[in-house]
Amino acid sequence: MAWQRKILRVNLTKGTCTPEPLNMQWAQDFLGQRGLATKYFVDEVDPKVDPLSPANKLIYATGPLTGTMASTSARYSVITKGPLTGAIACSNSGGYFGAELRFAGWDMIIFEGKSPKPVYLHIENDKAELLPADEVWGKSTWDTEAILKKKHQDPLMRVSSVGRAGEAQVLFAAVVNDLHRAAGRSGVGAVMGSKNLKAVAVRGTKGVGGVKDPAGFMKAAATAKKVLADNAVTGQGLPKFGTQVLMNVINEMGALPTRNHRDVQFEKANRISAEAMHEKRPTDGKANLVTNQACFGCTIACGRISKIDETHFTVVNKPEYWGASGGLEYEAAWALGAATGVGDLEALTYANFVCNEDGIDPISFGATVGAAMELYDLGLIKEADVGFPLTFGSAEVLTKLTEMTCRGEGFGKEIALGSKRLCAKHGRPELSMSVKGQEFPAYDSRGIQGMGLAYATSNRGACHLRGYTVASEVLGIPVKTDPHVTEGKAGLVKAFQDATAVFDSSGLCVFTTFAWTLADLQPQLQAACEGDWSMEKLALVGERIWNLERQFNNAAGFTDKDDSLPKRLTTEPAKTGPAKGLVSGLAKMLPEYYELRGWSKTGVPTKETLARLGLDA
Amino acid sequence: MQKSLHLDPAKCTGCLQCEMACSYENYGVFNPAKSRIKVFDFHETGRKVPYTCTQCDEAWCLHACPVEAIKVDAATGAKVVLEAVCVGCKVCTVACPFGTINYVQETGKVQKCDLCGDHPACVDACPTGAITYVDANWTGLERMRQWAAKLDTQPQA
Repeated sequence: MAWQRKILRVNLTKGTCTPEPLNMQWAQDFLGQRGLATKYFVDEVDPKVDPLSPANKLIYATGPLTGTMASTSARYSVITKGPLTGAIACSNSGGYFGAELRFAGWDMIIFEGKSPKPVYLHIENDKAELLPADEVWGKSTWDTEAILKKKHQDPLMRVSSVGRAGEAQVLFAAVVNDLHRAAGRSGVGAVMGSKNLKAVAVRGTKGVGGVKDPAGFMKAAATAKKVLADNAVTGQGLPKFGTQVLMNVINEMGALPTRNHRDVQFEKANRISAEAMHEKRPTDGKANLVTNQACFGCTIACGRISKIDETHFTVVNKPEYWGASGGLEYEAAWALGAATGVGDLEALTYANFVCNEDGIDPISFGATVGAAMELYDLGLIKEADVGFPLTFGSAEVLTKLTEMTCRGEGFGKEIALGSKRLCAKHGRPELSMSVKGQEFPAYDSRGIQGMGLAYATSNRGACHLRGYTVASEVLGIPVKTDPHVTEGKAGLVKAFQDATAVFDSSGLCVFTTFAWTLADLQPQLQAACEGDWSMEKLALVGERIWNLERQFNNAAGFTDKDDSLPKRLTTEPAKTGPAKGLVSGLAKMLPEYYELRGWSKTGVPTKETLARLGLDA
Repeated sequence: MQKSLHLDPAKCTGCLQCEMACSYENYGVFNPAKSRIKVFDFHETGRKVPYTCTQCDEAWCLHACPVEAIKVDAATGAKVVLEAVCVGCKVCTVACPFGTINYVQETGKVQKCDLCGDHPACVDACPTGAITYVDANWTGLERMRQWAAKLDTQPQA
């Protein structure tokens, strides 16, 4: 059995930790991690709940392959109702924490209620207890990990925590584990902070054993690893350049949203790219990039480890930032850089370090700074409101705002609201580059049409990781489609969304899909997990998860009106590049998408669809 | 011909596939806590270093054992713990200068790398070639080759 068959229920109000058997029927229907935790969440939580109230719940969930020898087996997800969006939130992280939770014998932890005082959860195999968090409350995620390891005299412990941003309930606060891996999006860290839950510290020595067919599993995992190794993207591009390999590619195709999506190409893109991270700096003769790093079990190793130039203005007299730490991934480099017009690689790296240190999502943060800069440019935010001018392209402004937002200071408290609330407050809601309250990532939907539909229909608000049609429209994976046309994109988006839901529920990383399809995942699941895990079953499970999330959002009050894009993307054509003159053709794709999904014209799953997916109970 | 495990930290990404392979080979479970090879992450410098027993000729663990529970595998040169003989006294863990023989609470015995009977599972699992199993007399061969390549003494074409 690949599942540990055991979950931990933590009632923070009462201070109790209670083991429960995993619902194995649900595991057969929803696999694990994203799907299974969403099933538990939807079953237990009122969709109308205030995300930051004690009645909301927060689930840490692993998949059946987390902590196994399958490549990329690091993943765990944090599932809750997101405060940034009001929609279902499911944020996925790598590092080493997720596997450790499995090694301690747990598939999931469900947190409910709110602790009267700050606490952290300490798990040592079967033993789980809530302990006072006095010595770590008010500390960064970096300090929290160091303090807890020292306190428990356990250097092998793995820690997942919120920083000062989560405590301050910054609406895009992240949960951070292993110093620089994060369940980043939708504000899951704010929910954790609202519950007075500072951290989860785990040590597991039981391991993951008893997969259904050990020899078959080892063979399937080895075969799939070879596919990753032999693929140009996962075998060479990602280890060498990381996801940052995309910066120049997306800029050249005119789909790099710049200065709050006013432009689609950034004139300094090459200065914040993967290639720039490899270049030796004139100041110290060293490159920004130190090395690549893998998450647990990962044979790709796309992670970036960077060091900041010690003479750079951001870190002068701050030796705590001189060591190596998590460097820029593509989305962070885009949001901190192109979205704000800042082309200073070292400044972006510093901002990224601080985002990790105190736990905020660099995508929503950078995009919100971009929106604030536009509001300033239009005269709607004044210098007196902030204390300094919010000029597009200023590295000083970006890094100052990063510190202020992470620590809940001054104008940082306004940035902490996210772009939707900030722009509404200043009378220009349409300037928030977001869907369902969550900011876009690094692909412009005028130059990559499928992404417009993927964003508009994403169940957690704008997101590239719910249906990454970039793979097909830009990279030709699994087949090349024309990024400028809307024809065929409804089917493409649906296919990516359903397949991704399966990957996110397995314990493995969605980046494998640069090389794998479901057909590469399927033999690993079939060998590891009891029951039928045929391709047909997986397709059904993916679609079932997508519809379950949709049902929750509809019940929470979302309608087809929320499957929309800011009018800038549907009315202001791209100014330059290959997509010049194009706007997003969302209106052409959405009705076809609803029909393919078996939803009504207003985006509600029909009775027949729900019955087919077994969601009509 | 004996072979040695050769560790190249520069190639290590910290994925811990070796730790899972080791525990799976010896205990049938994916469990880094039971691995005989450990990867250390020196995050301040970004360096990851795999480390395990190097099978000393002067085997301090073997000499310290009061019950002769550690034997030399004549074919591989590995110092192998005989679980049936080991009494769990842990004196070997004190004697080893490198910390690479350790006690296992669950079994009440010590464990160390035994080269998996000449087929080390960690080597097969390593995706980057950071752990290789090479001629014991020539563990420096690859590094020599790299330096030799820098000696550009060929006439320019």
